[in-house]
Parts: sequence; structure tokens; C-alpha cells
Amino acid sequence: MWIYEKKLQYPVKVSKCDPRLAKYLIEQYGGADGELAAALRYLNQRYTIPDKVIGLLTDIGTEEFAHLEMIATMVYKLTKDATPEQLREAGLGEHYADHSYALYYHNAAGHPFTITYIQAKGDPIADLYEDIAAEEKARATYQWLIDLTDDVDLQDSLRFLREREVIHSQRFREAVEILKDHEGEKKVF
Amino acid sequence: MDKQWRFYRPYRSPFDPCVPKRVKAYIVPPNQFMPFQPPGLRTFSPHEALRRGTLWPDLYSRYNPPHREEIDP
Amino acid sequence: MTHHPMPKEYYRLLYELQAVDFVLVELTLYLDTHPDDTQALHEFHQYQRRKQGLTQQFEQAFGPLHEFGNSPVGARWTWAESPWPWQV
Repeated sequence: MWIYEKKLQYPVKVSKCDPRLAKYLIEQYGGADGELAAALRYLNQRYTIPDKVIGLLTDIGTEEFAHLEMIATMVYKLTKDATPEQLREAGLGEHYADHSYALYYHNAAGHPFTITYIQAKGDPIADLYEDIAAEEKARATYQWLIDLTDDVDLQDSLRFLREREVIHSQRFREAVEILKDHEGEKKVF
Repeated sequence: MDKQWRFYRPYRSPFDPCVPKRVKAYIVPPNQFMPFQPPGLRTFSPHEALRRGTLWPDLYSRYNPPHREEIDP
Repeated sequence: MTHHPMPKEYYRLLYELQAVDFVLVELTLYLDTHPDDTQALHEFHQYQRRKQGLTQQFEQAFGPLHEFGNSPVGARWTWAESPWPWQV
């Protein structure tokens, strides 16, 4: 069961009307290392991971949906009042032809989201290493998005999301350490 | 200069078509040096934590890529 | 359907709540891998109490934050009213 909360995890403020940025930001909506892929990856792996780390996968997977909503908010705000002409100039003509103002799960190059972006091997170590890699790749994507953005308010939200990837990576690496321990052994600090 | 950045000088050919970037940079976030977070680390205040995206200063990574002049004067 | 801009107080309270909720998210992930850290658990309890107070204040002023009976609702059904988080 999931319960929706009627608020964003972090404020999203967009100060400049620049629909071109929406075209880039959509990478983190429906791209290979985006928030949708992350949420689906963790919430699927949790069924076959040792019980000690199910909670972590559940909680990080849930947080990823909050991040997906933040990205959606950015795209929504950047495009909602643009004319078709402006969207065309921003390189979103192809998007408009198929989806009008609707958001769609595809990457910055327009490739539709595919579940082949994510893996589930059923081997706890292999799965957690995929998760760590996914977090570092998402962190890198946020860096490139910050580089492409000159809206300081938008950059602020992207920096928040980037730092979350750093923390998630930290927790996944701790999960690996927990699984490396022998049964019953306490983690000593 | 932010301590999280690393630098390297890629090989340059006399036939490179663009103005060469002699020094390239990449970032190594602090989580790479913390195998398992020790208990009792300092924390940010709630407002500061939200603004920075983490509760722990030791895990905070600022992303401000260095300008070309800074790393290759 | 409300179409006038939200008052300053909405943004202020929302931000206070976001800050406290964020600490709880961070402590949750931390406790998932450090379940024996009693100091962190103690802090979790403290922030949970702050969250309760702020949530109550926010919901009294601006309506329910959670669906499916997880927030108090008044005499009028306001859950499905605008604005939604991506609109404000």
C-alpha cells in the first residue's frame, strides 16, 4: 500500500520560461538512469533480497517516486504555458505532435522508456552493485543537467536531487557491508 | 579549490580541431571514502539539511565545476 | 476549486514541514542500515513529534495532506481540490 502526500519533497521553483530545459530534464523522468527506472528497480528487487535490506530498498524506492514528481513538476512548469511555436523552437515539436502538453516517459533523445533499462538478477550482491551504479549514474546525469541550466532556482532543486543520489549510494554500499557479515554477527563500528 | 575535484591532462594531438582543454576535471563525492557511516556524525539544522539534500555535512557534495582558468591558468 | 494564489503562510508552513519531513527521511534511511543506533532513534522520535504538530497546523489551515483517511477531513470534502503540489 502506498499513501500519497499532497506536497513535494523539496520546493521546485522555475524562474525562467525556457521550454528547452524540459527537453533535457525529461532524461530523469523516462531515461535509463532516471527516477522511474530507479523506483521500479528497487521496488522490484526487494522481493528477492535478504530480509535485512528489504526495508532500505522499500524506503529508497518510495523516495524515488517523490523525485519523479519533482522532475514532472519542473517539466510541467516549463511547458504548460508555451505556445506550439515556442515548443517547436525548443526542439519539442516532435513531442507536441505525439503528446501535446502531456508528459511522457521518454529520455532527452525521445526514446520511450523501456524496462530493459533495469535488471533483477536475484543475487543480492549483483543487485546491490547495480543499485550503487545506478545512483552514481543518476548523480552524473544531474551534474550534466546542472551544467545545461542557467536558471539558479532550477539548479537549486537539481542540486538537492543530486545530493540524494550521493546518500542513496552510501546506504546501498552499507547494505552490501551488512550482507557481507556472517549470520548473527553484529555490525561493530 | 574544492577538495572533491580530481584533475588529469589528456593526451593532445597537434591535429586536434578544437581549442584544447589541457586539464580535465571530475568529482569524487565523499561517500566514496565512508565504507559504513559511523554513528554520531555532526548534523545540519533541518532547514540547512533540506537546502543541502543531506542531514550530514560529512556526506555533502557541492557541485560547482571549476572554470577553465582556475585549473589551467 | 480554488483559483486564487496561495497565501504566504501556505509556503512558509509547507517549507517548515518539508524541512522536518526531510530529516525524518534521512534518519529513516540511516536507521535502515543502523538499527542499533539509539541516539538516532531518539532523534527520530523528537522529529516525529515536531512533524505531528506541524502537520496538524498545516492541515487545519490548508486541508488534508494524506489520502484514504490518513488525515482529518472537515465537514466539506476538500481533498480533491486544487492546488496540487506541481501547480503551486
